Amino acid sequence: MPPPDTTASTPGSTTEPMIVFDGVEKRFGSNVVLKDLSFTVAPGEHVTLIGPSGSGKTTILRLLMTLEQLDEGTISVGGRYLSHELRGGKLTPPREKYLRDVRKHIGMVFQQFNLFPNMTVRGNLIEGPTRVLGLSKAEANSRAEELLDLVGLKEKIDAHPTQLSGGQQQRVAIARALAMRPDVLLLDEVTSALDPELVTGVLKLLQDIGESTDITILCVTHEMGFARDFSHRVMMFDGGRVLEDAPPDKLFTDPDHQRTKDFLHAVLDH
Amino acid sequence: MPLWDWNYAFDILPDLLLALVTTIEITVLGSVVALLLGLVFAVLRRLHIPVLDQVLWAFVEVVRSTPLLVQVFFLFFVLPQFGITLSAFVVGVVGLGIHYATYTSEVYRAGIDAIPKGQWEACTALSLPRLRVWTGVILPQAVPRVLPALGNYVISMFKEVPLLLAIGVVEVVNEARELGSLTFRYTEPYTIAGLLFLLLSYPASMLVRRLERRRAAA
Repeated sequence: MPPPDTTASTPGSTTEPMIVFDGVEKRFGSNVVLKDLSFTVAPGEHVTLIGPSGSGKTTILRLLMTLEQLDEGTISVGGRYLSHELRGGKLTPPREKYLRDVRKHIGMVFQQFNLFPNMTVRGNLIEGPTRVLGLSKAEANSRAEELLDLVGLKEKIDAHPTQLSGGQQQRVAIARALAMRPDVLLLDEVTSALDPELVTGVLKLLQDIGESTDITILCVTHEMGFARDFSHRVMMFDGGRVLEDAPPDKLFTDPDHQRTKDFLHAVLDH
Repeated sequence: MPLWDWNYAFDILPDLLLALVTTIEITVLGSVVALLLGLVFAVLRRLHIPVLDQVLWAFVEVVRSTPLLVQVFFLFFVLPQFGITLSAFVVGVVGLGIHYATYTSEVYRAGIDAIPKGQWEACTALSLPRLRVWTGVILPQAVPRVLPALGNYVISMFKEVPLLLAIGVVEVVNEARELGSLTFRYTEPYTIAGLLFLLLSYPASMLVRRLERRRAAA
C-alpha cells in the first residue's frame, strides 16, 4: 500500500521527507542504544517500529518528542532540525523556545496515557490548543467536542480521567494529541497497558484516524496484526540498528533475516 | 487565698483574648510567608539554576540548623546595625515565616517529586510553556497531596509564637506573664493561656488528621 495521496495540507513539498534521522547515536551511560541510525519517513507515511525490547524503538520516539537528547547526528522534522538549532549557518544546541516551536508539530500518545488528573477531559483537550496554539476557549471547546465524538466519548467531556477506564483514558489521550493538529504523531505502545478486551477498540480507532487524516505516524507496538494493517512500512530493530525495512506484506511473510523470522515467531506464538 | 480564683480569671480573660488575637495574626501572616516562600524555594531548587541552587541550599541548611530564637534576635537586634529596623511584630512574622519556609519547602519538594514523570512528559508533548506546566499541571497535583503536612507546620508555628516574648511581642504567654507579675497570681493566667492554645491547636490538628485520611482514601 503506497502512502495516501492526501498530503496537500502538509507543510513543505511532498517530496521532502517529514522525518530525517541522520547518523543518530544515543547512549545511556556506556550503553549504546542507537548506533549510526539513518532513515527518513515521508509525509503521511505510517511506519511501525518492531523488535525485541531494548532494541531502541521507544528511544526513537522519545528523541523525536525531545524527551531525550541525542549524542551524535541530527534529527529533523518538517525540514527543521529538532536536535539542533540552525543559527548563523551553524548547528547549535537548541534553545527551549525554538524547541517548543518545533515540538508543536509533533504529538505523542504514551503507554500510560498520562492524562492530567487535575483536569476534566475537556480541560485536558483544550489545554494545549488554548495555551500553545492560541485558540480561544470557544474554538478549543468545539475542537474538543469534535474529537471526543471521533473517539466515541462525547458524554465523558466533563468527567475526570480517574473516572474513566484505561481504554477510555487512552482514547482521550489520543484526542488530546490530535487536538494540537500535529504533522507527526508518535504512538508509544499505546495498547500495552490496556486490558485485553479494550485493545481492539483503541486499535480500530487508530486505524480510522490513520485512514482519515494525512498525519505522519510512527508507531511502536507489539500488536503485529495492527502493524500489518496499519503501516505502509515496518522497520525491524535489533541492537540499536535497523535490521530490516520493508512494507508489511514483505516483512511479515518473507523477511530477509533469520533474526526477524525468529522475532516474529516469538511474538506471534503468544 | 484559693488556688483558683474565678473572679480573677474572668477579669484577665479579655486581656488574654486580646493577646491571642496578636498570636493568631502572627500565625496567619507568618504562615502566608512560610507557605509562599517555601513554594518559591522548592520550585527554584527544582530548576537547578547554578549558584542560586547552592546559595539556597546553604541558606536552608543554616536556617534549619540554628535555633529560631537566634534568628529572631538576629533580625531584631543585629539588622538595625545595618540600617534595617523592624518592629517586634514584623520580626515575628518574618522570622517565623522564613524559619518555617525552610521546612515547608521540603514538604513541597516531596510533593513535587511524587508527581509521575509521565506528567512532565505529557507537558513536553503538548509543548506547554514552563510556567503553565507548574501552575496548570504540577502544583495543582503536588500541593493538595501535601496539605496535611503543611497544616501540621502551621500548627507548630502557632505554638512557637510565645517565643517572641523574648523581643517583647505581647502575645498570649507574654500577656499572662505580665498579668501574673502585677498580682503575683500565676495559676490563672498561665492556665488560661495554655487552655487557649489547646482550644485552637487540638481542633486544628483534628482537622489535619481528617484531611490526611481523606487524602489516603482518595
